[in-house]
Amino acid sequence: MGKLNATAVAKIEEICSRYTDEKTPLMMILSDIQNEYGYIPLEVQEIVSKHTGISVAEIYGVVTFYSFFSLTPKGKYVIGCCLGTACYVKGAGEVIDRFSELLNIKPGETTEDGLFTLDALRCIGACGIAPAVTINGKVYPKLDSTKVEDIIYQYRWNETHGEEAPTA
Amino acid sequence: MNKINIKIEGISYQVDENLTILEAAKACGYEIPSLCAFNHGECNQGSCRVCLVEVEGARGLVASCVYPVSEGMSIKISSAKAVTARRESVELLLSNHNKNCQQCDKNGQCELLHVANITGARDDAFAGVLTETHIDRLAPGLVRDTSKCILCGRCIARCENAQGIGILGYENRGFNTFVAPAEDRSFADSPCIQCGQCVNVCPTGALMEHSEIDKVDAAFKAGKHVIVQAAPAVRAALGEEFDYPIGTPVTGKMIAALRRLGFERVYDVNFGADLTIMEEGTELLGRLKNNGVLPMITSCSPGWVNYAEYNYGDLLPHLSSCKSPHQMQGAIIKSYWAEQHGINPEDIFVVSVMPCVAKKFEKEREQQKVNGIPDVDAVITTRELARMIRRAGIMFNRLPDEEWDQDIMGDYTGAAVIFGVTGGVMEAALRTVYHALTGKEKEEIVFTEVRGHEAGIREASIDIDGTVVNVAIASGMRSAKVLLDQIKEGTSKYHFIEIMGCPGGCINGGGQPYVRSCFLPNESDDIMDTYKEKRAKALYSEDERQVIRQSHNNPQIKELYDKFLGEPNSHKAHELLHTSYAAREGFNEL
Repeated sequence: MGKLNATAVAKIEEICSRYTDEKTPLMMILSDIQNEYGYIPLEVQEIVSKHTGISVAEIYGVVTFYSFFSLTPKGKYVIGCCLGTACYVKGAGEVIDRFSELLNIKPGETTEDGLFTLDALRCIGACGIAPAVTINGKVYPKLDSTKVEDIIYQYRWNETHGEEAPTA
Repeated sequence: MNKINIKIEGISYQVDENLTILEAAKACGYEIPSLCAFNHGECNQGSCRVCLVEVEGARGLVASCVYPVSEGMSIKISSAKAVTARRESVELLLSNHNKNCQQCDKNGQCELLHVANITGARDDAFAGVLTETHIDRLAPGLVRDTSKCILCGRCIARCENAQGIGILGYENRGFNTFVAPAEDRSFADSPCIQCGQCVNVCPTGALMEHSEIDKVDAAFKAGKHVIVQAAPAVRAALGEEFDYPIGTPVTGKMIAALRRLGFERVYDVNFGADLTIMEEGTELLGRLKNNGVLPMITSCSPGWVNYAEYNYGDLLPHLSSCKSPHQMQGAIIKSYWAEQHGINPEDIFVVSVMPCVAKKFEKEREQQKVNGIPDVDAVITTRELARMIRRAGIMFNRLPDEEWDQDIMGDYTGAAVIFGVTGGVMEAALRTVYHALTGKEKEEIVFTEVRGHEAGIREASIDIDGTVVNVAIASGMRSAKVLLDQIKEGTSKYHFIEIMGCPGGCINGGGQPYVRSCFLPNESDDIMDTYKEKRAKALYSEDERQVIRQSHNNPQIKELYDKFLGEPNSHKAHELLHTSYAAREGFNEL
């Protein structure tokens, strides 16, 4: 493929070499790459395959099995809506639908300006504050669909003004 | 091995410990239906749930293919609970399966239909959403159809075990899971070598050879001179399609059948194999004499050539420049034979019957063409030939034994016959190289040290009148990789290496009849262990029956060089019989 530059290749090889002593290093390697680059395209999987001896098909299978891993670049802000049972019965369905409507993307997609990615998550273990949403790791507890517009507005404001929006 | 006591249906048995229930039951005379379990645990996922049985004290029913036996275990195979569960497992597999069985080439040899039959499963017991259909017909060798896939994982295991390539894997999850090369690519856009080992193990029609029977039909219809040539390994296995015991050579009946299918000439690819030995042997001697690139590696196996181009681009100069036997013979048919008969090569249609699906790819290669004309126009597998024979209503077992056409070509030697088994090309070459180096015939012409029938590496040092030739043989890419890495590291001590793509060689090629113990109730129960050996024996016995057993003594080969080619590796021979290779990117840019 040869689309990756030498620095990226070296970085991925460095990540692979972090786990040479592990019996099953794949998940850790992929997790680090996902965190470093935000996605794991096929050319990166090929390098991991060469390093670990695990076939590209198997790596691709793992990447497509877990929703945490992504084949395409994610947006600057990754919105994770928990759709676990507790969140769902507390109205998470309406929350994710509202995000979807306002951002004009389906779960799993990224907005055209590259700002937002919307992900549907299985239970994230925050059932006590259901329905929960995470944005780049920050948790938004007990959301309802009426608060969604404000949250998006905050991030957009922050992006253009470099500071938090004044609260109404 | 220690024995333990178990009970099946209340009857006591002693079995080896460390067996699964499925294996232990088989040793006691029960064949529990199963799908994902294959070949002594080569694939063992416990995923299809077809082999469920009841075990006293166990929680729920257990998958017998993964559940180990233990002392005092009491197993019920035919309890109402187990029988119902097995039937329902198959019904669930059928619920999302594309059941257009009449249009499926696997019909008659489908294991899903087989277990449905023995469990009494109904195809409409559960209404389910059908598996999404992705059909890949881009590769000349293989066709993949996800709507027929039951996700058993056998193909994934075989690709990894035999070839170490791991082209296939599960993608996505849940109901959206399917088996494919990464990115759901075509085999043609991945580093798949198109050996067809995955086809050999697929229980359904999800993986099949890319059939070319239609092309052959069209050539007959167009009034072409349709000429057929069959590879050595075909005769050792075709009989299995017509209920002959494994290892029964059916050469004479196969020739008779080909003639009854209407082919104008019925030739043995063995003539081409003898020609290959003349060219390849001369090439090897040239490399030895002139400090050429060594070790030289055989190039008859197109699966192996694909592997080399994808993975060892820098080692390609080690490959012999010789085309494979059927390509050589095709080139001779369209030149020498055409000339002798006053026929325009464009009006000739050459069909090769092969134990191989990679040959379907090989014949399409640009580097194989002579003046833009392909040497071979269609390649059909042993299985496809059997389909054509059945379609024509030919009662195979009642056919007389007939002889190959041997007008101006087609005579062959014992050396050529053994090309179909791992080590065979090496042995054939050594017989001729011996003569070339010493000027005399070796009295004991059998080189047993290079013989075998399984995957893995064999090596030998052959002393030919003071010249020591170090040789190695590998089949299956997992084994070949070891020899190739030695060359790369500069530690290879060999002069000549034979590599075949499939484990065991062409006898176990991706186009050979399926070997399934469930369809062969009268073969011994370890048929998965013995079929390669039995097929290999069929070829070695034909070698022994031949009066002439060295390629250079084939009178028609001598005549071909005298009248047409000049000498081995001549300019004309290079034009017609040699080829070139080029490194290729595995996952090409789409």
